[in-house]
Amino acid sequence: MTYENIHLDHRVILGLVEPRSTVLDLGCGCGELLYVLIKEKNIRGQGIEINEKAIYKCVAKGLNVFHGDIDTGLAEYGDKSFDYVILNQSLQQIQRVDKVLIDALRVGKKVIVGIPNFAYYASRLQVFFRGRVPVTPSLPYGWYETPNLHFLSISDFISYCRLRKIKIEKSIYLNEKKQVKFLPNLFSQTGIFLVSR
Amino acid sequence: MTKEKTPIQNNSAGIIQTQYFTFDSLKLESGEKFGPVSIAYETYGELNKDKSNAILVLHALSGDAHAAGIHEGENNPGWWDALIGPGKAFDTSKYFVISSNVLGGCKGSTGPASVNPKTGKPYALDFPLISIGDIVNAQKKLIDYLGIEKLLTVAGGSMGGMQVLSWLVKFPEKIRSVIPIATAIKHSPQQIAFNEVGRQAIMADAHWNSGNYYGAPLPDKGLAVARMIGHITYMSDSSMTEKFGRQKKNSVQPFKFTADFEVEGYLRYRGDNFVKRFDANSYLYITKAMDNFDASEGKALQEALEGVRAKALVIAFKSDWLYPAYQSKEIARAFKLSGIEATYCEIYSTYGHDAFLLEVEEETHLISHFLKKAFYEYEVTGNYDV
Repeated sequence: MTYENIHLDHRVILGLVEPRSTVLDLGCGCGELLYVLIKEKNIRGQGIEINEKAIYKCVAKGLNVFHGDIDTGLAEYGDKSFDYVILNQSLQQIQRVDKVLIDALRVGKKVIVGIPNFAYYASRLQVFFRGRVPVTPSLPYGWYETPNLHFLSISDFISYCRLRKIKIEKSIYLNEKKQVKFLPNLFSQTGIFLVSR
Repeated sequence: MTKEKTPIQNNSAGIIQTQYFTFDSLKLESGEKFGPVSIAYETYGELNKDKSNAILVLHALSGDAHAAGIHEGENNPGWWDALIGPGKAFDTSKYFVISSNVLGGCKGSTGPASVNPKTGKPYALDFPLISIGDIVNAQKKLIDYLGIEKLLTVAGGSMGGMQVLSWLVKFPEKIRSVIPIATAIKHSPQQIAFNEVGRQAIMADAHWNSGNYYGAPLPDKGLAVARMIGHITYMSDSSMTEKFGRQKKNSVQPFKFTADFEVEGYLRYRGDNFVKRFDANSYLYITKAMDNFDASEGKALQEALEGVRAKALVIAFKSDWLYPAYQSKEIARAFKLSGIEATYCEIYSTYGHDAFLLEVEEETHLISHFLKKAFYEYEVTGNYDV
């Protein structure tokens, strides 16, 4: 497998996960990330996904996946059942974010969170100049069709972690093509955080 | 009139003969020794050299060993013919599939209608009370007799799924994977209640005669009512509406309580047909075994399965209100907590409990991929563009 084929955010997460660890992917979609993690890092993985069609794709990849919603799927796991719990691009679609994140930090030794940045400069420009709710590559939906329930920025997430005493061990910011180091809350479309308690 | 033969389709398991395996005695879970015991079974496909491709499929309450293919001179394909055959979910060009009739049944295995060698008459109610565990212990003898050390998978829906769970708890070392479908760790009061109404209908039939009806008029009315209740619980509100609506039958007889509605006619037809092929006492014994079943015998299932190494595919159906999806989810959760690698899928279907026989496309996708993974022992299959 060539790394060029892998989504940039998946490549970053691949770099955060230790080989042969255990991973729970909440909102695993069609299982691309879990698949890459198993292939490249030899992890033992479990996915939770609400979409039936996506479950079929996961099963075709040989993944273990649970059909259900994230909001209720976590409670049954014991403390520190997984080395990593991943919430990549799913946090903003969860009903009770606070409860799920706290639970994820209980179930996983570490949690990896990937979020779309609402404060990306192009979003700001759309709001400011056009007076429209932004539609960007990382937030591609119109207001009438978006699955996203929450809109947050990189800075919002960082201050949330401070509020809840969640330790941010690593943070990586991305635009469409590469990593962003300068003013990430303005110039990045995606933030990926490795957090723990 | 000669029956017209159905031409055998390319993906059929072909012409199949039911076989019988007889052994001297079985120690029942009640402690009683019972025998001799015959078990009817069928096989499809070929056992490979290292005997690693054997699959055991287990039928539901009214099923039998005839799961696939057709019998010589008959038209009826087996009850899971859509899923068993070359190129199907249980691909008989790759796997060796065994289907076994249950102990206590009436389709070739020893049951209450069988002749008691001590009296020369049918057992009737002298037949011992059996459990799902006894049914599985008898199957285990069959599998040993067939020389299979380890089953690739054990699969079944409804009561078949209960046997799957019992297999896993009793003989984990004999199993590489399991596929319980639309089933439960144990019956809820609602499930017991429906079975009890069926049993009461049978026992209220004057012909039942405390089970001694062999060679006399059969308790047909009671058994037919039991089957009618069963059929209601196998369908769903929407599948019934779609199938019958409030459609009336064309020839309404001038009597107050004839079957005016299509649905009434259908239930009567199903009931009347069932009595031709099923023994009322078997219905009593088997439904009782289902009601008494508890896969983990009072413990939490995850405790009973601790340390078990197996893969699992758990399937439920959205409109199934007899075995609601939450019961399958409980199974999947117990697997997960015990460390069994498990996948759980709730298939969207309007067919109700019957879906496990009817949702062929979705089940085929899930089962065929799952089996491939279980057979080759790999984590992740093939290469995908990501």
